[in-house]
Amino acid sequence: MAGGGVRIGADVGGTFTDIVIELADGSLDSTKVLTTYEGPEIGILDGIGQLAEANQVDMADVDQIIHGTTLATNALIERRGAKTALVTTEGFRDVIETRTEGRFEQYDLNIVLPTPLIERKDRFTIAERINARGEVLLPFDDGAAARVISTIAERGYEAVAVGFIHSYRNADHERRFRSLLLDALPDISVSISSEVSPQMREFERFNTVCANAYVQPLMASYLFRLQSELQHRGADCPLYLIHSGGGLISVETAAAFPVRLVESGPAGGAIFAADLAARFGRDRVLSYDMGGTTAKIALIEDFTPQTAKTFEVARTTRFKKGSGMPISIPVIEMIEIGAGGGSIASVDALGQIRIGPHSAGSEPGPAAYDLGGAEPTVTDANLQLGRLHPDTFGAKTITLSPEKAASAIDAKVGGPLGMSADIAAVGIAEVVDENMTNAARVHAVENGKDLAGFTMVAFGGGAPLHATRLMDKLGLDELLVPPGAGVGSAIGFLRAPFSYEALRSLYTRIDDFDFVAVNRLLEELTTEAETFVRSGLAAMSASGANPADPAGPADVELVVERQVSMRYKGQGWEIPVRIGAGSFDGFAAEALGGTFTKAYEEFFGRAIDDLAIEAVGWSVRVASVLPPVAVTEMLGASGHAAITGQRSAYDPVGGEVVDTAIVERESLAPGVAVNGPAIIVESQTTTVLGAHHQAVSQADGTLRITRNARRETS
Amino acid sequence: MSRTTNDFSEVHFQIMWNRMISILEEQALTLVRTAFSTSVREAGDLSAGVFDRQGRMIAQAVTGTPGHVNTMAAAVPHFINDIGVERIYPGDVYVTNDPWKATGHLHDITVTTPVFIGEELIGFFASTAHVVDIGGRGYGPNGREIYEEGLRIPIMKWVERGELNQDLVNIIRNNVREEDQVLGDVHGLAASNETGRRRLLEMLDEFDMTSLEHLAAFVFDRTRKATLAALAPVAEGTYRNEMRVDGYDEPVDLVVELTVTGEGMHADFTGTSPTSAYGINVPITYAQAYFTYGMLVALAPELPNNYASLFPFTVSAPTGVILNAEDPTPVSVRHVLGHFVTDLCLGAIAPALPDVVPAEGAGALWNFQASARGADPADELPPVEVLMFNSGGTGARPSLDGLTATAFPSGVMTMSAEATEQIGPVVIWRKEIREDSGGAGTYRGGLGQVIEIGPIDGYQLEFSAMFDRVDNPARGRAGGGDGAPGKVYLDDGTPFPTKGVETVPAGRRIVMELPGGGGFGPPSGRDPQAEKNDKDQGYVS
Repeated sequence: MAGGGVRIGADVGGTFTDIVIELADGSLDSTKVLTTYEGPEIGILDGIGQLAEANQVDMADVDQIIHGTTLATNALIERRGAKTALVTTEGFRDVIETRTEGRFEQYDLNIVLPTPLIERKDRFTIAERINARGEVLLPFDDGAAARVISTIAERGYEAVAVGFIHSYRNADHERRFRSLLLDALPDISVSISSEVSPQMREFERFNTVCANAYVQPLMASYLFRLQSELQHRGADCPLYLIHSGGGLISVETAAAFPVRLVESGPAGGAIFAADLAARFGRDRVLSYDMGGTTAKIALIEDFTPQTAKTFEVARTTRFKKGSGMPISIPVIEMIEIGAGGGSIASVDALGQIRIGPHSAGSEPGPAAYDLGGAEPTVTDANLQLGRLHPDTFGAKTITLSPEKAASAIDAKVGGPLGMSADIAAVGIAEVVDENMTNAARVHAVENGKDLAGFTMVAFGGGAPLHATRLMDKLGLDELLVPPGAGVGSAIGFLRAPFSYEALRSLYTRIDDFDFVAVNRLLEELTTEAETFVRSGLAAMSASGANPADPAGPADVELVVERQVSMRYKGQGWEIPVRIGAGSFDGFAAEALGGTFTKAYEEFFGRAIDDLAIEAVGWSVRVASVLPPVAVTEMLGASGHAAITGQRSAYDPVGGEVVDTAIVERESLAPGVAVNGPAIIVESQTTTVLGAHHQAVSQADGTLRITRNARRETS
Repeated sequence: MSRTTNDFSEVHFQIMWNRMISILEEQALTLVRTAFSTSVREAGDLSAGVFDRQGRMIAQAVTGTPGHVNTMAAAVPHFINDIGVERIYPGDVYVTNDPWKATGHLHDITVTTPVFIGEELIGFFASTAHVVDIGGRGYGPNGREIYEEGLRIPIMKWVERGELNQDLVNIIRNNVREEDQVLGDVHGLAASNETGRRRLLEMLDEFDMTSLEHLAAFVFDRTRKATLAALAPVAEGTYRNEMRVDGYDEPVDLVVELTVTGEGMHADFTGTSPTSAYGINVPITYAQAYFTYGMLVALAPELPNNYASLFPFTVSAPTGVILNAEDPTPVSVRHVLGHFVTDLCLGAIAPALPDVVPAEGAGALWNFQASARGADPADELPPVEVLMFNSGGTGARPSLDGLTATAFPSGVMTMSAEATEQIGPVVIWRKEIREDSGGAGTYRGGLGQVIEIGPIDGYQLEFSAMFDRVDNPARGRAGGGDGAPGKVYLDDGTPFPTKGVETVPAGRRIVMELPGGGGFGPPSGRDPQAEKNDKDQGYVS
C-alpha cells in the first residue's frame, strides 16, 4: 500500500541512468548505473533496487516514480522506429523531404541534408483539401482512402502518420481517415497531426506527427513493460513521465504522444534550477548545465523556465540550426552547444583554437583517461591548469594521467601554435568559456533579455569547473552551485508539477478580431489541457499517494496560464504575450494590442506606431499547484573553511599560476566561507574559484558564489 | 609554469576575434527578428560588419546572402570618403542605398556608425537590410532607368552628434509606400550598430585596448596567409567559361576569364552581353560578391569574410556589359543574373578542381510575386501582395547527387504553404518534387519541383514573371546530363511567357515546373543501388 512518502526519479540518459530517491523526511540519495540499451527498464530497476536496499525502503512505501528518458530521442537519431507510412494531402507528398529549401551551412558544397524520417515510397496522398479558414475546398475522397488503406495493409506498415494541410483549423478529414484505417486495421498504431501538434506550418507539423508515429510502438511497449515490471516488484504506485515542457503526464498519455518525451532529461535540469531559484527567491536565473559532450543554457524567470513551441532534434552537423528535424511541441527552451568535458580541441587553418563539436565521449574519453584517446579535450586542459587533479577527481574508477593530457595538448594545440602546453591549455579553457558565454548572450538576445542582474545556477559534472569564469565574462554577480549537481535532472523530476500545454494556430488581427473563434479556441484548449492534468491527478489520488488531496482531483486547484504569439503585420517572428483569464470582447482585443506593444518594446527596445498587429498561435498551460516553497534567506559568511591542501593552479584573471586552496565540499557547514583562489572538491564535480571569488555554503549545501568588485577584467 | 606576453596576447586576440563575430551575429539575429521584409526574414537578406578606422572590414556576420559579401565591405570606404574624415563626429550615424556604393540596388539600405574612444575614431559598424519598399515603380524589372526604381539616398547623415536628421526622415516618409516599416527598418539598423558599438567598447575595455589596429593586423595577417594557402591548389593561369541564360527580353551570354596568380584571382567579364533595357542589370560590385562567394565556397569554406579574405578577389569588365551596369541603368532585380555568376565562375575553374566543382544548377530562384485583385472590380475586394520563394535543383557534386528543391548560391528558404495561405488569397494546390528533372549522371542532378497555385474565389492573380532556365537548362559536368528545363503554363496547358506581367484568371491555376540541376559524370557510372533507389522512391520514372 502506497503512502509511505517515498518518491523516485529516474533519468535514462545516453550513457548513464541516474536514480534519485526522496525519503519521507525529504532527504535525497542517488546512484548512477550504466544505461542498458537492450532494455532500459533493466538499468532503472537495478538502480532502484540498489537505492531501496541502501536506504531500507520497502517498494510498497514508494508513492510515485517519475521517469524521463532519451529513448524516444535516440530512436529518432538512430532511426530505430517502426515501419511507418505517411498519409497526406494530394500535392504535398514531399513536404518532409524538401524541408525549407535552404542550406543550413552556407559555405559547404558537399552539404548533406537530413534524410526524411519517412521515405518517399512510404508517403501516400489522398485527394482532399481544407482552406486556411478551415472550410472544405475539396471533399475527402473515400475511394482514394480505401486504396491507400489496402496498400498499408499489403505492405505491412506498423504505424501510420496522418498529416493534412490546415488540419489545425479543421481536423475532420484526419479523423475520418483514422477511423477508416482503424476499421480496417484495428491494431495499427496511428497518429494524426491535429492531435499531436495542431500548429500551422506543414513541414514542422508533418515532421512531428511522423516522429510520433515512428516511435509510438517502441515507446508504448517499453512504458507498459516498465510499469508492469515495477508492479511486479511491489511498487504499486503510479508511474509518471516527464514531458519536454517540464511537467508530468500519465503513462497512457505518454504512450499515445511519445514525441512529447523528447528532451525530457534536459527539461528535468531546468526544473531543478527553477526549484532552486524559487527556494532562494531568485526571479531571474540563467541555468547552465555542462556534461561530457554539450553545454545547455536556459533562462528561468519567476521560477518558470522559458518555453518554446518548436525545437530541433537529431542535428546532424555541429549542432547547427536547420540540420536536424523540427518538432513542434511545447518545450523548455534551451540552447545546446558542443562544449563538454570531452569536447576535442584543435587548431584550424587560421591558427585559431577550436573546441568541439566532436567529443571524445566516454570511450576513448579525454587523453588523460589513458584509454587510447590522443586528442586533447577540455578535461585535459582543466587537468593541465591544475583545476582537476588525479587525487581529487570524483570518478573513482578513472585515474587521470597528467602526462597524457600534457602530451596531447602539446601535440595538437601547443606545437602547431608554438606555445607551451600550459599556455595552450589556457587557450583551450578560454575558448570554450568564450563559446559558452557567446551562446548565453545570443540566447538572451533571442529572447529579448539583458542578462544583467541574472543569477547563474551551475550543475552537471562540468559546469562548476567553468561557471565562475562564465560569471565573470557575462558580468553576473551571483552564482549558485547546488548539491547533487551530477544528478540534477533526476532531482528536477521530483519537483515538477502535473502540467500540460495545449496549443493551436489561429490567425486573427487586432483590428478585425475574431472573438467567436478565439474564445471558443481558448475554451477548447483549456478543457484539453485540464483533462490531461486531471487524469494524472486522478491516478495519484486513486493510489492514495497524495494525502494532501482528500477531496479528489475534481476540486484540486489548477494554475491556468494563457499565451498568444503576436507580431506586426509583415513580420515573420512572433513574440509571446501573456493573456489573463476571461473571454475577449472589443475592449479586451484593443487592450491586447497595447500589451503586445509593451512586450515588443521590452523585446526590441522600440515599438512601431500605426502598424497592424496580428495574433498567430494560442496556448493554454494547465498545471497542478506545487506545495509552496519557503524562501530561504542567503547565509552570509560566518566562518572559514578548513583547507585540506594547496595546489598550483592557473588563475585566468591574474593570468598567472597561483597557490590555490583545496577544500572538501562535504566539510562545509552552513555559513562557512571559502575565499578564492580555491578549488572545492566532491565526488560529483569540482568547483573552481578565482582569486576574486568567494563561496559561502548555504543551509541546503548550495554554494553561493559572489565576486569582489572590479577584479573581473583580464 | 612559464609565461610569455606574446603567448597571452595570442590567446587574447583569438578570443577577441571570436567575440567580434559573436557580437555581429547577435546584431544580425535581432535584425532578422524585427525586419519587415520577407527577403530579410526568409532569405537572410541582410548583413552586419565591423571595420577599422580606414574602413577595412575586420569581421562580418554569416548571413543568408552571398550578395553582401564584398558589397558591404566595399561600402564603408565610400562612407568615409563621401562624409569626409573631418566631418565624422561621435554620435553620428550615416545612411545610403546607392546601388554602386553599397549593395547593388535601391531596396538595400546600409547604415554605418563610427566608433570613437574619447575623441579618437577607432572604427565603424555597418549593417544592411532589404526594405519592403523604396517608392518608384515598386520592386521589379520594369524601370528603364534607376530614377524609376525609387528613392535614392546618397551617402549622408542620418544622425549627427546624436541629432536625428528630421528632413531625411520626412523625405523617406513622403517617397515610400510603407513608410512605417521602412523607417522602422532604418531605425533598427541604426540601433543594431549602436548595440555593436557598445559591446565592442566593453570588449576593448576588458582587454585594456584603445584601438582596433593591433587586432585588425592580427586578423588580416592570419587570414591573408590562410587565404593564399587555400588558393594554392588552383594552378596559375587563365581559365574561361561561358554560360547562356534566358535573360529578360533576349538571351544573355555571361562570359568570364579568370586569371589566377600567386597573389589572387581576377575575373574579367569581357564578352558578356550588353546591359538590358530592364532592371536585371548588375553593378559590378554585386557580380564580384557572387564570384568571390563561388571561389570561397570551393576553396576556403572555413575562412571568415574580412578585408584580407576578400582582397585577393578582383573583377573587371568593360563598361556597359550587363555585369558592369553603370549609373543610371536600372538594377532593381540584379540578383537574377547575379546568382548565375557563381556557377559561371565555378565552371571556369572546374578543370583545375575536378573533384570540387559541381555541375550547374537551377541558379536563379523562381520567386512567385503576385498581386491578388478582385476579379470583378465592382466587388471591391482588398488587394493583397503575395511573395513566395521557390528553388529548383542544384547541380550534382563530384561525389554526391545534387540537392532537390534547394537554393544555391542564394541562402533563401521557402515559406510554409499554410502560412502563405493565411496571409494571401491564394490556394497552393501542389508543391511537390518534380520527377525526372535531375540531369542523369554518375551522380544525379537535384530535382526541381512542381507548383500549382490559384486565386481563391473572387480573386485573380497578376504576377510578375521572372523565370530563367526555361530555354537554357543547367548543364551537366564531366559527362553528366543536363537538368530538365523549367516550364510555366496555365492549368489547361497554355504556356505563359516567362517574363513580364501576366494574369492567372479567377478559377484557374498556374503550373510551374522548376528546373533541375545538371548531372555529374557519365550516367553509365551510376551505382546500381542508387539507380534502384531512384526508381523505388519515384525520383526517376
